[in-house]
Amino acid sequence: MTAPSTERDIPALVRAAIEKHGAKRDALIPILSEVNLALGYIPGEAFKEVRKQLHDPTEGVFVAESQLHALASFYDMLATKPRGEHVIKFCENAPCHVVGGKAVWDTLREKLSLKNGETTPDGKWTLVTTSCIGLCSVGPVVLVDEDLYGNVTPEQIGDILGRYE
Amino acid sequence: MAFFRSHVLVCVDPECLARGAHDVIDALQDELVDQGLIDEIQVLETSRIGGCEDGPEMIVYPEGVHYVGFNADDVPFIVEEHFLKGRIVEKFREMPKVVVDEELGPLRPKEVRIVLKNCGYIDPTNIEDYLAVDGYQALGKALFEMTPEQVIEEVKNSGLRGRGGAGFPAGRKWDLTRQVNDFPKYMVCNADEGDPGAFMNRRVLEGDPHSVLEGMIIGAYAVGASYGYVYCRAEYPIAVETFNIAIAQAREFGFLGENILGTDFSFDLEVRVGAGAFVCGEETALIASIMGLRGEPSPRPPFPSVKGVWGKPTNNNNVETYSNVPQIILKGAPWYASMGTERSKGTKTFAVGGNVKKPGLIEVPMGITLREIIFDVAGGMHEGRHFKAVQTGGPMGGCLTEQHLDLPLDYEALTQAGSMMGSGGLVIMDETSCMVDIARFFMDFTQAESCGKCTPCRVGTRRLLELLQKICEGFGEDGDIEKLEELCEEITKNSLCGLGQGAPNPVVSTLKHFRHEYEAHIYEKRCPSKVCRPLIRFEITDPACTGCTVCARNCPVEAISGERRQLHHIDQETCIRCGICVQVCNFNAITVE
Ligand SMILES: Cc1cc2nc3c(=O)[nH]c(=O)nc-3n(C[C@H](O)[C@H](O)[C@H](O)COP(=O)(O)O)c2cc1C
Ligand code: SF4
Ligand code: SF4
Ligand code: SF4
Ligand code: FES
Ligand code: FES
Repeated sequence: MTAPSTERDIPALVRAAIEKHGAKRDALIPILSEVNLALGYIPGEAFKEVRKQLHDPTEGVFVAESQLHALASFYDMLATKPRGEHVIKFCENAPCHVVGGKAVWDTLREKLSLKNGETTPDGKWTLVTTSCIGLCSVGPVVLVDEDLYGNVTPEQIGDILGRYE
Repeated sequence: MAFFRSHVLVCVDPECLARGAHDVIDALQDELVDQGLIDEIQVLETSRIGGCEDGPEMIVYPEGVHYVGFNADDVPFIVEEHFLKGRIVEKFREMPKVVVDEELGPLRPKEVRIVLKNCGYIDPTNIEDYLAVDGYQALGKALFEMTPEQVIEEVKNSGLRGRGGAGFPAGRKWDLTRQVNDFPKYMVCNADEGDPGAFMNRRVLEGDPHSVLEGMIIGAYAVGASYGYVYCRAEYPIAVETFNIAIAQAREFGFLGENILGTDFSFDLEVRVGAGAFVCGEETALIASIMGLRGEPSPRPPFPSVKGVWGKPTNNNNVETYSNVPQIILKGAPWYASMGTERSKGTKTFAVGGNVKKPGLIEVPMGITLREIIFDVAGGMHEGRHFKAVQTGGPMGGCLTEQHLDLPLDYEALTQAGSMMGSGGLVIMDETSCMVDIARFFMDFTQAESCGKCTPCRVGTRRLLELLQKICEGFGEDGDIEKLEELCEEITKNSLCGLGQGAPNPVVSTLKHFRHEYEAHIYEKRCPSKVCRPLIRFEITDPACTGCTVCARNCPVEAISGERRQLHHIDQETCIRCGICVQVCNFNAITVE
């Protein structure tokens, strides 16, 4: 769930993440993931904050903001744009595709008038594809926020979306 | 106008009526009046809200909670809980179509379970369950009765080969890491399992984490490592959680940490979670990612055995490779080597997916044939459908056909047939799959996952994808097949890591076995399997259509028109070719051309 912007205290969030994973170079990905999980994406302010808080001459850890951005651009799960209130992840991989995933994907895009990676203008839905989540034996698979739907058919899409109205 | 804070929709279709939907509505009205809620909550009649098997059914809005399988007598309780106390009555809640464990049922014909033997039988979050099935006895045996060299010898003699794809002999790899005189040494467990369609490692991590852990600790003792990392993909949150519990419990019992079981051998480890990059499954990329860098592969040599995590000797194996180890140590190399083929010993787990009756996770002895897997273990094809092809080895593997069905499966046989073992995903396809579309699909995947470090892979996969898209959209031209072939060769030859080297395989193998399908797309502008949308059209046929209007009501873009009891018509301009109408028509009146 995305926290409303008024409530989020980015410095505190970053501090907690660093405390949990340690102020070390190899903790950068876990720290960024933690922020990403809490806010749904990593705002520019959070990058600045990570750099600032990790800048500890005694420990000898230095990170440039560009390094952090380079990580975020490499790893698909680290988002730098705000996501909608609900994120729909669709598994668009061959095993789900051959058991009817294609029709489900088309229906999802039509219904929401979204392309892969887009968010509805009202900020309610974001539609993305995901890599295989290992549930291929009940494919096609749709993930809405944390809720998993297996064996999905195009006709069910309306019902599934309706649950989040 | 009255303002209702809640609406209750009760289904009054015949099935639900037969199960007492009217009584439910009456009871709801009475109870709402009694509780003084009748002005706040409105009861409405509706139709078809659920699966129809378990009526009466109702949905409460705005929460969207779906209740099934209750009766009028339960209504006062539901009203009190839901509307007065604001608590959802879980007992009657229709669980969203949540995934059930269809993956791993009872032993199927021809299965032999070694890696999966405990999955589903023990509680993975309780180490005592694992101890009760001889858990950590192999560790004890290794530490007290065997030297590290003897452990390596045993693993070598068992014939165990890496289950992450390439099949490098595990004992030899351990030996290499042991030989390097540079400390500290690290153990890495590759739990990145990124191949679409492969979920064997997930199941072991979730169902029997201690077997992997024990294998890793034994390996650490053998190679002389003092610290380890389990690199698990973020798509597997339950696996991460379960494994962390296992680590904590193993520490408590003295199987991890300082002076394991009172010996002077010390080893500890942690779980690292990925962040969504397929290429991180490649071992040098994985090691970079552990160190907090972008997960880009680097040239080998130096191999991780010499220079891995933090530049130190590192032994990396797959989840399944490690989980075989405890039993090899306990039961001995000859037992393990008695299963399988000449060059590939033991068992292999496969994730069987696609168009078969019983998809799911299986474990079979090496040397089994594809025919046995598909027809005996996985229940065969659906009624009236025929086997067409199977993709083995994931997006870098290849398609095999009818002619390969009787091949005894091992690493070499699959490579010779133009595919590979890979991690063990099997996608089985019937005649409803278009092979050009499948090739495009895999290319879409590899192109998106190419890390971009080297040009042949980055640019080449994009060009391959563009060509395949063009063909699927009906714009293929003479010469395209030759262009595909040239590109494939170039990419395979000049790419740095296995992703680029293997990326063309799906194209090469489909071109080899299904060239005619490519030709039909290019020269006849026809998709023989009726999959590629721009090349097909949906049409309603005359005598068959009864004018029931079902299709028109279900078409998402209102492309279908027609009067009740009259022939319906599809407007080709509006139709998005989603195929819904075909599925909903009860009279098979809609054909695909
Ligand atoms: C693009 C790419 C992805 C890979 N993904 C995985 C993976 O998800 N899991 C895995 O164990 N090995 C994967 N591998 C193979 C590893 O590089 C490595 O060979 C393997 O982890 C060694 O373990 P093993 O000897 O036990 O098989 C991948 C290789 C490539 C080139
Ligand atoms: S072959 Fe592809 S994935 Fe591998 S290093 Fe080169 S660009 Fe990256
Ligand atoms: S569903 Fe079938 S029978 Fe009914 S109107 Fe459509 S095409 Fe005709
Ligand atoms: S294929 Fe889809 S869009 Fe076309 S007519 Fe049928 S339901 Fe409508
Ligand atoms: S391919 Fe969709 S979950 Fe695996
Ligand atoms: S019969 Fe009532 S929902 Fe289907």
